[in-house]
Amino acid sequence: MIALVDCNACYVSCEQVFRPDLRGKPVIVLSNNDGCIIARSKEARALDIPDLAPYFKLKPLLQKHKVKVFSANFRLYGDISNQVMENLRLFSPSVEQYSIDEMFLSLDHMPGDMNEYALKIKNTLWRHVRMPVGVGIAPSKTLSKLANHAAKKIKNNNVAVLDTAEKWQWLQKRLPVNKVWGIGSKLTRRLEGIGIRSAYELAQADPKWVRRFTSVNVEKTIEELNGQRCIELEEMPEPKKEIFVTRSFAHKIEKLEDLLRHVSRYAVAAAEKLRAQDSYCQTLYVFAHTSRFHENYYANSLVVQLPYPTSDSRTLISFARLAIKQIYRKGCKFNKCGVGLLDLRERRFYQSDLFRPEQSCKSEALMTALDRINYRYGRDTVTIGAEGLTGRWTMKQHRLSPSYTSSWRDLPVVR
Amino acid sequence: MPLTHIHNPAALLQSLKLPLFSSKVSAGFPSAADDFIERSLDLNEFLIKHPASTFFAWAQGESLRDIGIHDGDLLIVDRAAARSQGAVVVAAIDGELTCKILDVRHKKLLSANPDYPPIEVAGREDLLIEGVVVYSIRKHHRA
Repeated sequence: MIALVDCNACYVSCEQVFRPDLRGKPVIVLSNNDGCIIARSKEARALDIPDLAPYFKLKPLLQKHKVKVFSANFRLYGDISNQVMENLRLFSPSVEQYSIDEMFLSLDHMPGDMNEYALKIKNTLWRHVRMPVGVGIAPSKTLSKLANHAAKKIKNNNVAVLDTAEKWQWLQKRLPVNKVWGIGSKLTRRLEGIGIRSAYELAQADPKWVRRFTSVNVEKTIEELNGQRCIELEEMPEPKKEIFVTRSFAHKIEKLEDLLRHVSRYAVAAAEKLRAQDSYCQTLYVFAHTSRFHENYYANSLVVQLPYPTSDSRTLISFARLAIKQIYRKGCKFNKCGVGLLDLRERRFYQSDLFRPEQSCKSEALMTALDRINYRYGRDTVTIGAEGLTGRWTMKQHRLSPSYTSSWRDLPVVR
Repeated sequence: MPLTHIHNPAALLQSLKLPLFSSKVSAGFPSAADDFIERSLDLNEFLIKHPASTFFAWAQGESLRDIGIHDGDLLIVDRAAARSQGAVVVAAIDGELTCKILDVRHKKLLSANPDYPPIEVAGREDLLIEGVVVYSIRKHHRA
């Protein structure tokens, strides 16, 4: 059997960990720059506050219902998520962290009652981290996702075990096909085109026939919906094939020097991520655009082929700056830009070539030192000149919660 | 917990040797002493038994004065530790985090200061034990 455990309204629950006064209250979390709503507590959902709605439009409604609003505090969410995942590892020797708030656990050869085990997982996570979770258990990953979906609907329990065909078919008949893991909006339309609307209809369809209209992945999904395991746990996640760092600006940017500073910061942030997964990048992608909703909309992007595979922040900055200078156009009010690192390959698979230039050993050592210093003494202890001297992410975060887990000054206070 | 601590970043930067070739070659014998190097003492390891369920908090006020917890002390709170008779706990009472002594037998939360009366636990829905204070750390050198 496979369990899927996921955190209920993860970001909101993280905000409630050190704020018992906010548990059971309407709470929401906003995206970067306080743009839109990205997480809602159960109580906020009950007030008909829509997901992903722009914050400024909903301000009156939120004030009327005294909804507590937070700017996204990803550092806090990351720390809490790590504690959640560490606790979940206690329940299985073989796990796959699927996202910041979801984990698959292999429960093969696990003795005992699965329902009880699921409840034990749920209760432990609440006691050890104060994280409310839902647990779905079934023979395949796809079914455990469905079980988890069902668990959410079960009041005050949040646990569901689908261990017989009777149980999962009962559920499949009640769920539209787009609730099935891996069936996105495009596939949903295609499946509806051949008369498949519910999860049950998909499960009962002939896999070979459906494959003709879709892909081999859907064929696997059908097998999985019938309790056949086709998708194994990925215990070691594949390194990312591309890394993007993009931001919308708090204030529109007209000057080239401001744009250069931003793009340098994004290049550095992307390079840090690149080194964290121990990879090199061969292609750089840089883009910038003005607001779509204003006159003279302008958008442009450039792809830069790098002279050699690199992870050096300085190299990436210099090419990102070259690119943004090409993209920049006088008089345009830019509201977003970003840097993408493409064509990544793992450093350990890199083969050097005597006749081609490559990243120097000095670069490697300098970048390692830079990363260690910034890890040990906090972000931005050492920066590169081009990033500018003001804070790295100058974005709107008017409602940021304290750094309960990452700053001595901000620890919770106990009376 | 991080195992690679850089104690003096400046020294580390200075000690970078410039290589003859620009690619790394590993050669030679490792020092025999490497096998005998033991890690230095790690306070985290000593103080924190369950990192995945532990958090830090500041104590405020003198309600636990008589058991030696004072205003400004650092508390190490383990949510997984056993909630036994007499344990010092952090409780959420009416939405506020409060430090008390757990009296399981009489179903009460006690203070260690006559100015603060005990709190009856029975029948209080708004009361929840958040964790157990496993250590409190007090700064004695007021420089």
